[in-house]
Amino acid sequence: MAEEKKLFKVTIDNITVEVEPGTTILNAARMIGGDVTPPAMCYYSKLKGSGGKCRTCLVEVAAGSTADPRPMPKLVASCRTTVMDGMIVKNITSEKVPDARAGVVEFLLLNHPLDCPVCDQAGECHLQDLSFDHGKEGTRYEFKRRTFEKHNLGPYIQLHMTRCILCYRCVYTADQLTEKRAHGVLDRGDHAQIATFIEKNLDSDFIGNVIDVCPVGALTDKTFRFKNRVWFTKPVDAHRNCTKCCGEVQLWMRGDEVFRVTARKDEWGEVKESTKGGTGWICNDCRFDKKSVSDWTIEGPSNVSRHSVISQGHYVGLQKPTETMPAVMGGRQPRLLMDIHSVSEVNPESVELSKINRPAHSSDFNSDKS
Amino acid sequence: MGVKLLLDKAHVPGIRSYEVYRREGGYAAVEKALKMSPNDVVEEVKKSGLRGRGGAGFPSGMKWSFLAKPEGVPRYLVCNADESEPGTFKDRYLMEFIPHLLIEGLIVSSYALGSSRTYIYIRGEYAWIPDILEQAIAEANANGWLGKNIMGTGFDCQIYVQRGAGAYICGEETALIESLEGKRGNPRIKPPFPAVKGLYDCPTVVNNVETLAAVVPIMNIGGEAYSKIGVGRSTGTKLISACGNINKPGVYEIDMTISVEEFIYSDEYCGGIANGKKLKACIPGGSSVPILPANLLLKTAKGETRYMNYESLSDGGFATGSMMGSGGFIVLDEDQCVVRHTLSLARFYRHESCGQCSPCREGTGWMEKILHKIEYGKGQMSDIDLLWDIQRRIEGNTICPLGDAAAWPVAAAIRHFRDEFEWHVLNPEESQTRNFGLAHYADPREVVA
Repeated sequence: MAEEKKLFKVTIDNITVEVEPGTTILNAARMIGGDVTPPAMCYYSKLKGSGGKCRTCLVEVAAGSTADPRPMPKLVASCRTTVMDGMIVKNITSEKVPDARAGVVEFLLLNHPLDCPVCDQAGECHLQDLSFDHGKEGTRYEFKRRTFEKHNLGPYIQLHMTRCILCYRCVYTADQLTEKRAHGVLDRGDHAQIATFIEKNLDSDFIGNVIDVCPVGALTDKTFRFKNRVWFTKPVDAHRNCTKCCGEVQLWMRGDEVFRVTARKDEWGEVKESTKGGTGWICNDCRFDKKSVSDWTIEGPSNVSRHSVISQGHYVGLQKPTETMPAVMGGRQPRLLMDIHSVSEVNPESVELSKINRPAHSSDFNSDKS
Repeated sequence: MGVKLLLDKAHVPGIRSYEVYRREGGYAAVEKALKMSPNDVVEEVKKSGLRGRGGAGFPSGMKWSFLAKPEGVPRYLVCNADESEPGTFKDRYLMEFIPHLLIEGLIVSSYALGSSRTYIYIRGEYAWIPDILEQAIAEANANGWLGKNIMGTGFDCQIYVQRGAGAYICGEETALIESLEGKRGNPRIKPPFPAVKGLYDCPTVVNNVETLAAVVPIMNIGGEAYSKIGVGRSTGTKLISACGNINKPGVYEIDMTISVEEFIYSDEYCGGIANGKKLKACIPGGSSVPILPANLLLKTAKGETRYMNYESLSDGGFATGSMMGSGGFIVLDEDQCVVRHTLSLARFYRHESCGQCSPCREGTGWMEKILHKIEYGKGQMSDIDLLWDIQRRIEGNTICPLGDAAAWPVAAAIRHFRDEFEWHVLNPEESQTRNFGLAHYADPREVVA
């Protein structure tokens, strides 16, 4: 069509952007960036059909469009709702959204094992970021969490279903990147699981990408499992001439050793487009077999812009505290956090916890009451 | 005696066969409709004010007129016979006893919508009914009501019966379409709605069995006359499947002008509460709709009589009202335990959640576990508030209405029967040994011996 495309004006948290018709609210918010962008656990812009499942990206639509300014009755999934001209969206300015999102985080963590200390994804886990940003500190769930056996999907990938949040990203990846469908969801409800049909190996050249799309540690790289923590390794951009894929990767190095190879990710944690054009998915050869520096042409350190722990740890201008606890507390050396309050209901003045040379017991508190 | 439009011939001996059905005036609606233009048929249904009988109560004529009609793309009509709502069995009755009524309704509707391939998606547990329907389809084919060039009008139509594999979620229209396409029965994310992109990405209308059957009397007596039956926007007749602690469980056709009290106590319908007990509570429209205690069931919060129709049953919103739903009328007497009852519903929804979106997948299981804990004497007072919080966060935040359907019964049970939950927490041992009925919920009327 020769005529100029009309752009839609959409206002998200009082910031107005102009986007092309057909853009989703989430993508419009990503154009603004920052806190305005709703988190997304299942939506993946490179995968057709993804999104709508995790419900973390729920937003409030305060006005549908200029033509029909009625608000939408329910919160909508921003990753699957397209913008209309004059739409007004509330994300962090909404009263309902933070509550609903905290609820979703709680639901997602309900059956998640929280084994972050032994999980390879820790440090680059989207669920960690999500619960840190939007969750509550405790859980109200007091029942046994569902567990599954671990499965090996071929020689390189391990599926640890217990950690899965059923975002379906890997299902779409396996569907769209590989030639035959050998990967799907079995069962339903809270015992639904990602599975391959009859324990089939995943042997496609591009199946390794399911590791990159997994937002949690459910699909992990067996060549990297338990080798190192993510935050000890340094991401480095590198490339090689690969006949199967774009060959543009990130090497995760410690010293001169290449621990892990992944595709390059953008600020939303998604695989970037290749610099040569086309998608940035990488093949299994690059990912699993080329673990030597001599295989690669190193371009330089990656610019990690995500707010994960990888980009932290570079403490600039670190200062030691000048005041110490005993100085503030008048010479008392508190043993327990509780003891910091000099007077409280549980800690009457008569009981000096720092004087008790063992764990405090109820008898210590009740002795003088009788 | 109310008007009967659907079940008036249901008890004629041999009505299941084509000959008897035709002799009793069957297929007159097809004869009449095929002489009209498809748009006129849609207009007639619009005039009748027929509302979807599957649960949501959306006006069917409006739904039909939303159907996109792009050139060169087939349109489909799908009959939703995946009747899985606990307490609802009206469609089974209709299909089992008077299958030709549904086939006739399907032919008329297919003609109105321009669907030449029409599907009946039937739940797997109704193992014997597909045979009955297929027999009826074969008879209709043999007599020229189906196939190519029906009645010389140039309209082709064929009806296929597809058996489901027994998932409640496949009663949701987009999950039904996915299942019909041979995929996993996960609801689709809307929009696009089926009217634009449905079965095989073509415009599709999904209607309940009873809705499509009701098209037959609409054609026979005319939309105007149909809209005069009933009251207000609740036009025509509705099938109610009554069950629970009543003397006469079964499927009843009502014309939506009778009161709830009459429906429960009159001998023509439920015949009163069984064993001389008192009415405690009732779920008026299938397990998903909010439960109501006797005092709110018989009279609205304003003190008016509650009638068996869409508006009156939902009077007062969810705070003091309920919904017409799919017409599964479940009656609980004074001996029934609401906590146990809610637990069994929660267990159902946990089992039937498809697991696609997180609030429903995780929340339904959590609610079931907490209810189990309370019912078995291990609950705490805080669990009741926790349940309320969970249901509040499921409702409205899911892809399909199953999340709402799981949340509403729990919400209503806590809203109206909170002291019964509290009683379970405070008397854990006693609540194990006897079912609990709080007297003040019971119907105030005297028990007639």
